[in-house]
Amino acid sequence: MAAGTDRATNAPLTDRIIGFVDHLRANGFTVGTQESGRIAAYLAEHPLPQLPRIRLELKILLTGNRDEWLRFDELFEAYFVASGRERTHIRRTTSPHVKNPLRHAPVWREHLADTNAGSDAPQIESDHAGDVSGEATGRLIAAKQSVDRKTDLKHIVDPDEMRAAEDLALRLAKAMRYRLSRRHRAARHGRRIDLRRTIRRALPRGGEPIELFRRTTPDRPVHIIVFLDVSGSMKHYSRFFLQFVKGLVCSWMQSDAFVFHTRLIRVTDAVRDRNSARAMTRLALMAEGFGGGTKLGESIATFNRTYARRLTNSRTVAIILSDGYDTGSADELAAELARLKRHVRRLVWLNPLLGWQSYEPVTAAMQAARPYIDHFAAANSLESLAAIEPQLAQL
Amino acid sequence: MTIQDDIGPKLLAAGYVADDTLATALQLTLSLRRPLLLEGEAGVGKTETAKALAAALDTRLIRLQCYEGLDATATIYEWNYQKQLLAIRAREHDNVPADAIEKQIFSEDFLLRRPLLEAISQDKSPVLLIDEIDRADEEFEAYLLEILSDFQVTIPELGTIAASSRPYVILTSNGTRELSDALRRRCLYSYVEFPDHARELAILSARMPDLESRLANAIIGFVQQLRREDLEKKPGIAETLDWAAALSGLGVNNLGDDIDKITQTMICLLKTEPDLKSVTREVVSRLSGKAA
Repeated sequence: MAAGTDRATNAPLTDRIIGFVDHLRANGFTVGTQESGRIAAYLAEHPLPQLPRIRLELKILLTGNRDEWLRFDELFEAYFVASGRERTHIRRTTSPHVKNPLRHAPVWREHLADTNAGSDAPQIESDHAGDVSGEATGRLIAAKQSVDRKTDLKHIVDPDEMRAAEDLALRLAKAMRYRLSRRHRAARHGRRIDLRRTIRRALPRGGEPIELFRRTTPDRPVHIIVFLDVSGSMKHYSRFFLQFVKGLVCSWMQSDAFVFHTRLIRVTDAVRDRNSARAMTRLALMAEGFGGGTKLGESIATFNRTYARRLTNSRTVAIILSDGYDTGSADELAAELARLKRHVRRLVWLNPLLGWQSYEPVTAAMQAARPYIDHFAAANSLESLAAIEPQLAQL
Repeated sequence: MTIQDDIGPKLLAAGYVADDTLATALQLTLSLRRPLLLEGEAGVGKTETAKALAAALDTRLIRLQCYEGLDATATIYEWNYQKQLLAIRAREHDNVPADAIEKQIFSEDFLLRRPLLEAISQDKSPVLLIDEIDRADEEFEAYLLEILSDFQVTIPELGTIAASSRPYVILTSNGTRELSDALRRRCLYSYVEFPDHARELAILSARMPDLESRLANAIIGFVQQLRREDLEKKPGIAETLDWAAALSGLGVNNLGDDIDKITQTMICLLKTEPDLKSVTREVVSRLSGKAA
């Protein structure tokens, strides 16, 4: 049968399927015009199969990962059976195409850099009165001093200074990331001989390999997984840490970011988003439903069960940014950290409280966690954040 | 119509029981000539799929096992350096100009073909299996993209070698690393689940036709139940087959008969120490009770 007649009979279907591709795209699938074109071409050339078969073929053609594979059937049904019904409410949370960005959820307003951060500042100031550190009030008055790398982050309250500090955290992380992923080293003393170059250079000398060229396997970047505590007790720090995490996690290097509170949420895609206003909106949407308190053990358990096998490899370094105030059980935390330890190469715990003069890590959670931590360090100033780099560079 | 319409029966003839999804995916691969990316847990039979496809099409299977640090010299081509050195030495006193020697030693005679080059220079389209692509580095993914889109290889000393045949490409991934979107978009995708009861039973009876059907049924029931337990590593199809062979070797006719013996044979199914510890005699007895 001629291709021309097929094209004609399939034309309405082709339109419908292009509509379906749009529908998938609106639901966060990575499908483009190339895919719709391919499908149109495929339909034009092949006789029309039965509906279950079309569904299967489209599923194989249009999905690209397990998440999409699992969601496809639902979306197919929504479009071809009950057209348009699903579209309005499902998946808006993770889609980058959210049309009317919602404001930050209340719990996040304290953590996120907002454009009208000025209104947040007095609140932080008043909180300080009840804080453990005695010198806090003194520093608050001197808010006009310029940000330097040694200042404890919780003392920074001036909106301009905050922005400057966030900027510094982001730049710091980016610089670290660059150092870590520099791949090629001079190979003068490499382990192996580069035979191709050696033989080439031996030709003009009558085949005598006088000059030996060497090569070496380059250092590879480590794979970083960051867990950021965004519970109430961390709120003075988490906005800076979030910038730090954002700098560390980028699209061309293997890295992942999670935030936890009472639940664990993967935020890799959101923090990779270059548009930071949109990234914050996405984070806020993801964080909906957070309550008070911290459940460290449970959050790590979620990671171990759901992500550990897929996301970790022999070069993974896990970084936990938390103050260790945990409302869950310490035994569970210890058990889950032990399991996490089997999946990752190093476990780094950064505790902002450790930078305080009189702080001792005596909470039950910290005590339980200590045996599993390879590197336990302070993270209350930008300088202390910078100091963890050697921990990431060496495995 | 063409080969594509009877790939299912052909796979069956090759001893491979494919479900609808997988059969459709393979047919699309054959008709669209695009690579197929199979993802799924270890042991669901992804690698077997490629072997079965090669058998069904009666063509060669070229396999590239990926590992960390895999590079172009191990996957595309390499010069035979020892032979080159010998050739230079042999010509030493012939007064041949250097560029003639260079031309000679960088010719096809001195080329070692690695799997990717091998796969595009066959007479009949082979099946190219790129196994566990998630273990290779991201740089390797970039090479692969070039080869998968153009089906040609450029060797600086020789020029461009175009494909004499386009291989059917199957990539497998255990999901230890997220693959790049660019690679995913060039491939057809299928997520392979553990087989359901009926299909696994069909696989078992295809592989071990002598096994008594009541016992085979109980074995599959047991394994299917076992996969629902909270295990670190779920037993795959290969493990099921091993276990069935072990049981028939031990002369077990009924799973409920000798719980201790069955518990000892758990080493065929469970491959980590915590799993072996968690599946105790009681668990085995509960599962075999349900399966019988």
